[in-house]
Amino acid sequence: MASNRIGSQTVTFSKGPRITSSYTIVGPMEGKGPYALDFDQILPDDVLGQKTPEKTERLMLEMAIEKTLQQKGTKLEDLQFLIAGDLMNQIISSTFAARTYSAPYLGIYGACSTFAQALGLGAVLLQGDFAEQVLIGTASHYQTAERQFRYPIELNVQHIASNHHTVTGAAAAILGFADQGPRITHATFGHVVDMGIKDALDMGSAMAPAAFATLTQHLKDTDRSLEDYDIVLTGDLGKQGRKMLRLLLTKEDYAGLDRLQDGGSQIYGDGQKTGAGGSGTACIAVMTLGYGLNLLKSAKAQRILVVATGALQSTVSVSQGESIPCIAHAIALEA
Amino acid sequence: MKPQEYQELVKENSPPRPLLRNTLWAFFVGGIISALGQVVLDVAQGAERTKAEAAAVTLAVMIFVGTVLTAFGIYDELAEKGGAGAAIPITGFANTVTAAAMEFRREGFLLGMAAKMFVIAGPVIVFGILSGFLVALAKALILGLF
Repeated sequence: MASNRIGSQTVTFSKGPRITSSYTIVGPMEGKGPYALDFDQILPDDVLGQKTPEKTERLMLEMAIEKTLQQKGTKLEDLQFLIAGDLMNQIISSTFAARTYSAPYLGIYGACSTFAQALGLGAVLLQGDFAEQVLIGTASHYQTAERQFRYPIELNVQHIASNHHTVTGAAAAILGFADQGPRITHATFGHVVDMGIKDALDMGSAMAPAAFATLTQHLKDTDRSLEDYDIVLTGDLGKQGRKMLRLLLTKEDYAGLDRLQDGGSQIYGDGQKTGAGGSGTACIAVMTLGYGLNLLKSAKAQRILVVATGALQSTVSVSQGESIPCIAHAIALEA
Repeated sequence: MKPQEYQELVKENSPPRPLLRNTLWAFFVGGIISALGQVVLDVAQGAERTKAEAAAVTLAVMIFVGTVLTAFGIYDELAEKGGAGAAIPITGFANTVTAAAMEFRREGFLLGMAAKMFVIAGPVIVFGILSGFLVALAKALILGLF
């Protein structure tokens, strides 16, 4: 067996790659939510003077990358990889942003789990001695996602309780070796889970089994329990998905459910009328790099597990009546 | 857990839709729009010579109202509360066309806005024409016009 593996799906990082710097940007609506203080920047509007929301999304990603580079004065030449992804068809936001930077670019897609996928892959590259510093980033925008996956913004549709609201925001981070910064200790890459849920308006229920599969596999591989983590931050399950994950865990007698938190359910306040909560690639990214990292830095938490979930449908597959394949990747972070 | 078991579990644990509240809101919003249409019709009947002309004027006015409310971002808020009450009147039809036109304007004037304007309203037009044709055909057959 490869020496950096434990169990069937988990890889370990003995060299201790860290998140050396990071930057989070959110839109005005997220900036009015309960985690406003955890984000580095709250935008005054979600247009930024751009002609289209697609351009705004790309600009947000470029801003996040630029600011991350500035944190420690990292030069572009010092980066061996740029790993980025987003929700747009052909991941145009990441690719178009990447043309600004000369670092070798790997574009990835994992829907709302993209950030964790990037984090895991970046750590793998560092552990494998393929890089000294890796830049990761992602962005999403309410209007671009709404238009691609759902309906025109101004259309007369009534949203239901299980609906998600795509987070407007962007996040970037540099992974590398340093004395400070949260350590990435484990990554459990998930397999695709499809329980036959077809309702694209209830992605939480579709994604919960994927979160369950990866989370339980991670605990098994690492021989840990939920209680070994101060917080298990699932990504974008939303209120409905969070409920389903708890049900699944309860059925199998897992203890320590009080450790579970969900980025999607929590990023907006109850009064913000966002249905089940937030989603989008930026959601778990800003919650991890904002809220999660602040907990680790302020020693309010020693160990966090991020379980980012993604619904891997496309508009074509949904209109052809296919069910929604889902995935979840788990990343363990330590102060 | 088998997919079917899970689907059952989801069904049992899905949030209930507030049926009564939605219905009342739809009734209220749809009623307001219809009442507004009636006022326009009454005014138009005073000005136009025939009933058909008055009806045509009313439709034009209501479509205009729906379009303007959409352009100012009000109609989708109305529909959020009113549901079908906002979707079924002709103002709702105006909204689907305008919303699509606004959305796809960014993809160009011809191939964006003009081409995709009826993306959502298309089925309404197709089946509207089809059902109109079938009803007319039935009428012709029953009355023995052939």
